[in-house]
Amino acid sequence: MNLISLALMIEMPTIVVLVKQVPDTNAKIAVQGDRVDLSSVKMEMSPYDSFAIETALRHKEAAGGTVTALTIGAAGTEKILKDAKAMGVDNIVRAWDDSWGELDSNALQSVLKESIESLGADTVYCGKSAADTGAGSTGPGLAERLGWSNASNVIGAEFSTDVTVSMPVESGVAKISVPLPAVISCDKGDFKPRKANVKGIMMAKKAQVELMTATAPASSVVVSNHSMPAAKPAGKTFEGGSSASQVVQLLRDEANVL
Amino acid sequence: MTNMIVIAELTKGNVNPSTAELVSAAKAMGGDVTVVVPCTDASIADGVSSYDGVSKVIAVKSDVFAGNDSSGWATALDSAIPAGTILCLATARSKDVGSRLAARRGLSIVQDVVSIEGSNLTSPIYSGKANQTVSVSGDAVVSVRANVFPAVASGSSNEVSVVDASGDVKTAVQEVMHRASARLDVSEANIIISGGRGMGSPANFTHLEAVADTIGAAVGASRAAVDTWDEIPHSMQVGQTGKTVNPNLYIAVGISGAIQHLAGMRSSKYIVAINKDADAPIFQHADYGIVATWEEALPVFQDALSNLLG
Ligand SMILES: Cc1cc2nc3c(=O)[nH]c(=O)nc-3n(C[C@H](O)[C@H](O)[C@H](O)COP(=O)(O)OP(=O)(O)OC[C@H]3O[C@@H](n4cnc5c(N)ncnc54)[C@H](O)[C@@H]3O)c2cc1C
Repeated sequence: MNLISLALMIEMPTIVVLVKQVPDTNAKIAVQGDRVDLSSVKMEMSPYDSFAIETALRHKEAAGGTVTALTIGAAGTEKILKDAKAMGVDNIVRAWDDSWGELDSNALQSVLKESIESLGADTVYCGKSAADTGAGSTGPGLAERLGWSNASNVIGAEFSTDVTVSMPVESGVAKISVPLPAVISCDKGDFKPRKANVKGIMMAKKAQVELMTATAPASSVVVSNHSMPAAKPAGKTFEGGSSASQVVQLLRDEANVL
Repeated sequence: MTNMIVIAELTKGNVNPSTAELVSAAKAMGGDVTVVVPCTDASIADGVSSYDGVSKVIAVKSDVFAGNDSSGWATALDSAIPAGTILCLATARSKDVGSRLAARRGLSIVQDVVSIEGSNLTSPIYSGKANQTVSVSGDAVVSVRANVFPAVASGSSNEVSVVDASGDVKTAVQEVMHRASARLDVSEANIIISGGRGMGSPANFTHLEAVADTIGAAVGASRAAVDTWDEIPHSMQVGQTGKTVNPNLYIAVGISGAIQHLAGMRSSKYIVAINKDADAPIFQHADYGIVATWEEALPVFQDALSNLLG
């Protein structure tokens, strides 16, 4: 090995992608009692996470290194790790402790920080938000806890010693250079998530899920109930294009929005 | 009583009027309200000084607020914000900065709040298919959706104190290129007119643009329109894999109203649908539905708007 390839090796990123299991986004959601009933809903990887995996794999293809998919969840969430493996990540890791219930953002990010540190990562990709809560707190919150830079809602990326991302900003799209270490959260963008091929699926079947645990502080935000959104009162429907002028009047006089 | 700190929303260097909604959201949680205004020029805080129900206004000055480094934003704000519960608007940037502030202070963050009863906060989950209410003990960071809470009145004259936070901050991420879009972005608009596959061709979007120009609206699109036509960029897409919007008025033209599209716009205050199919699901969510082709309805709509506003 010559000095140049040695130097390149030192620069190689250790990449972690955060993935989360959520209900199929096409599923009907029903509330039983005061909780959403997911017992008959198919679970899948949150769609934005597949953009994160794709971006991570492209980063590895450009710069070398390894990609590890990490989820926080009970044993039932391992299928999404297998799906990540089938797409081509190197390692799959699940962090859990049976004493953890619903973790609030502070507890979740504390667990993630500890897990990321013990995996020795310097680059983390995640979805812009999870399709269940839609919150989008994890990427920036984790970056702050690690003391890293971050970029959110990223729709494209180029890789060198740093990562140059495209992201929507006020009134346009900016290219932003993000120094590593960093947490980058991904939106649907230029990169189409690759489909797993047969070889990938076979490898995923055999792959071992590595288990780890961490310390979770008590949650100060606790879910008290779920409910269905109030049904909107029925609207007014008009037939024919000429009614459009009536609707404009109503928008002004009744709705007061013009 | 805990301190409530409202972070004023910055839009194009000025205070976004929805900041006055954040103050009433803060009052709904209880406590003494301080408004913190991130700025490069403290004079933009003058408008906020007239808000009713505010006990203190702090203008935090730093060059980082001209850029997009959420780490720099959080560092500069953190130095000026007292302990307490922090409220910000649920925009992409503020959710990011709010998450950093929460993490920095070891607090939790509750995003996209649409209803507040004391320390019980409700947000939509599963793209609006259900609501989740959480109870918060102690301080937290809370992002609040725009157009949900009433704005507080103004008439007061609060004193503005200025904190210079320029020295403390180093910027991590650097903007290397900015591609400005000519049109208003859907995430910044109070009125949106969106087109779907029913528009027939991307060229027909000019009819939507004409309406948009008359009423100061942004133009959006369904995913079918974005996927079918290269001319319609993903930045216009509203829905589950596009943008979540919450305008006063959303006009859906030639859009069927698939669940994934509804996910991005169902919380709009008023919804108008123009669709030739009386059974299109969008009509179940529309306040005003027009069963007609857009070819018939849009010219009439456009004329009526021009007469009213022109
Ligand atoms: C995981 C996933 C994520 C998705 N994310 C999104 C998303 O973010 N946003 C989104 O929009 N969709 C999303 N979709 C796609 C969604 O399911 C629908 O396919 C899409 O919204 C349909 O777009 P459309 O209403 O424009 O087209 P169509 O469903 O084809 O509807 C066209 C409508 O136009 C009407 N029409 C036709 N001609 C005329 C005319 N001349 N005048 C008036 N009306 C006319 C028709 O009656 C019809 O109702 C997603 C799907 C999946 C599976």
